[in-house]
Amino acid sequence: MATVSEHPEKAAAYIADRSRSRWHDGALWFVRSKRDRMAHSLPEWERLRSTASQIKAHTIANLPEILQQFEANAKARGVHVHWAADAQEHNEIVLEIVRKQNATRVVKSKSMLTEECHLNPHLEANGIEVIDTDLGERIVQMRGERPSHIVLPAIHIKKEEVGETFAKYLGTEPGASDPQYLTEAARQHLRSKFLEAEVGITGVNFAIAETGGFVVCTNEGNADLGASLPRVHIACMGIEKLIPRLVDLSVFVRLLARSATGQPITTYTSHFHGPRPGCELHIVLVDNGRSRIRDSDEFRSALGCIRCGACMNTCPVFRRSGGHSYDAVVPGPIGSVLSPAADTKQHRSLPYACSLCGSCTDVCPVKIPLHHQLLTWRQQIASQGLLPVSKTAAMRAGSMLFQHPRIYALAGALGRRALRWLPKSWIYNRANPWGLDRDLPEPPVESFRSWWQTNRQGTSVDEGMKSKGAKNGK
Amino acid sequence: MGSKARDSRQAILDRLRSREVTPVELPAIFGDDSISQVAIGFDDPPTQFAGTVEAVGGLCLQVGSMQEALNKLEQDEVYRDAARRCSLVGDEIPGNVNLQEIEDPHELSSLDFLIARAEFGVAENGAMWITDRDIRHRASLFITQHLALVVSRQSIISNMHQAYERIGQPETPFGVFIAGPSKTADIEQSLVLGAHGCRTLTVFLVDEPA
Repeated sequence: MATVSEHPEKAAAYIADRSRSRWHDGALWFVRSKRDRMAHSLPEWERLRSTASQIKAHTIANLPEILQQFEANAKARGVHVHWAADAQEHNEIVLEIVRKQNATRVVKSKSMLTEECHLNPHLEANGIEVIDTDLGERIVQMRGERPSHIVLPAIHIKKEEVGETFAKYLGTEPGASDPQYLTEAARQHLRSKFLEAEVGITGVNFAIAETGGFVVCTNEGNADLGASLPRVHIACMGIEKLIPRLVDLSVFVRLLARSATGQPITTYTSHFHGPRPGCELHIVLVDNGRSRIRDSDEFRSALGCIRCGACMNTCPVFRRSGGHSYDAVVPGPIGSVLSPAADTKQHRSLPYACSLCGSCTDVCPVKIPLHHQLLTWRQQIASQGLLPVSKTAAMRAGSMLFQHPRIYALAGALGRRALRWLPKSWIYNRANPWGLDRDLPEPPVESFRSWWQTNRQGTSVDEGMKSKGAKNGK
Repeated sequence: MGSKARDSRQAILDRLRSREVTPVELPAIFGDDSISQVAIGFDDPPTQFAGTVEAVGGLCLQVGSMQEALNKLEQDEVYRDAARRCSLVGDEIPGNVNLQEIEDPHELSSLDFLIARAEFGVAENGAMWITDRDIRHRASLFITQHLALVVSRQSIISNMHQAYERIGQPETPFGVFIAGPSKTADIEQSLVLGAHGCRTLTVFLVDEPA
């Protein structure tokens, strides 16, 4: 059983370095602004979003048929199709394909699915070297960390720190921090890895039922080198990556890069329809909890996610607290919806890492109602009895207070006095985390109730409301 | 894998089938309207395309003929310095690496310059469509240090809907949209051209009336 992870604790550690938190906030806001410029440049943007949302809803509703259609068409093109019910089975399938080649060197391009399944440790434990080839992922891999963002895996790391890491592992000049210089060093290093590799693993952005093919999008070209040099290409995908028709790509390709990084399209949008002559192409279809999310009327639409990361870039909590504070493979708003579905207890704090501002819902290219889903999770977590005592006790007290007008009045009077007379340390202390970064307002001289009694004596509150309503013509 | 894999396939499909989900109609991409009515279109797609190619980090040169393209190449330091050149656009542009004679794509690791033809270009994003129909090693497109693509001015369309309409059904195992040179911004969001693929991308927009 995994341990419970609390977002506020992890976030506090990140925010402790205020200048870093501010820097991270700014870096992501920059990406969000680029996304806005791109979205606003297309008059048909909203139409694209609703079309995309509908295509995904259709696909998820018809998933068994669409998966079978995809499988049949992929097989007809000479592709080996594998099915994995869970992460462990996925890892075993990949290991077996690698072993059949007597291979020990694997290059991998970015795939959140293989992160989710913890493929790297599984292969490494079996004596296979796995090199992440996306620059950000390679940096994170060398540092023994995890990606903190699904599109920008190293967004939390400063260039000076990348310089230190590269000096240690790639022999670059100590103290060097020029991104151009560091990227060149990584290019040389990874070229040798591409040339040595016997198997290339990629993720999948979209798989097309009608053709049996799939699409991978990158800016660096790492997926393409990994898929076109080694003799064997394994593409790993969640079963929700399907789309019905090739022409649907026109909608998703237009939305993806614009939403993700504010580019009109990624540099490479590669369409794989069968193996190279004399080579092998494998596709692993993974469930790992997706069918369970599909069962839920509330959360089903979250399976439409195309992993653009726009909800992270816009989220005021993510921007300040950093991706690692979520302690989940997919962080941010969409991760806070998906992670509790995998393990509610472990991720119970994530739906609260949210101010319900709704910005994630506004930018989502497939219109997932993210902040509504986060609110739904809060209800489910409370009803499953998974809330910490600090929250349940306060809520019980609140409930009691609002149900008993006399106690409410008394508490108000006490509170006004307490705020005026008590020393600050009694109000702002460890028992009141709310007060850590907030100041309470100046207490009013009197309550609304006492003001009413003085100024509207003789009428009850109810009558007052009625006469007001009558004046308004109701 | 054997029987266990078959079991998982059946188990996943059974699980999915055990929950009936209210069907949602698959939308026509643009309803009853034609693409040109509802998606962005440009009065002068080639000019828009040339601008977008530059915006995504490429160099776009408008030429009247392949001879003119060759003249421009010969003025280019990168091309002059390239020791191993491969041309897939015919004899008008010579090369000294022949893909047909190469068995193993790993031999292309020292390729300096590749010039190939794209089937068409897209004005909204500067992307060009290339398939492996006439390219023996698709790795050549990604492993070369520098890439030049020739695309006909008359082939430029406005948007991706027209692009997929034009592609129809894929006939070859591989097709790719390339927009600009390989790039990354993984170190502090600083844009660096030449991540793993080509360091530079030159586009020859050639006037070829039908």
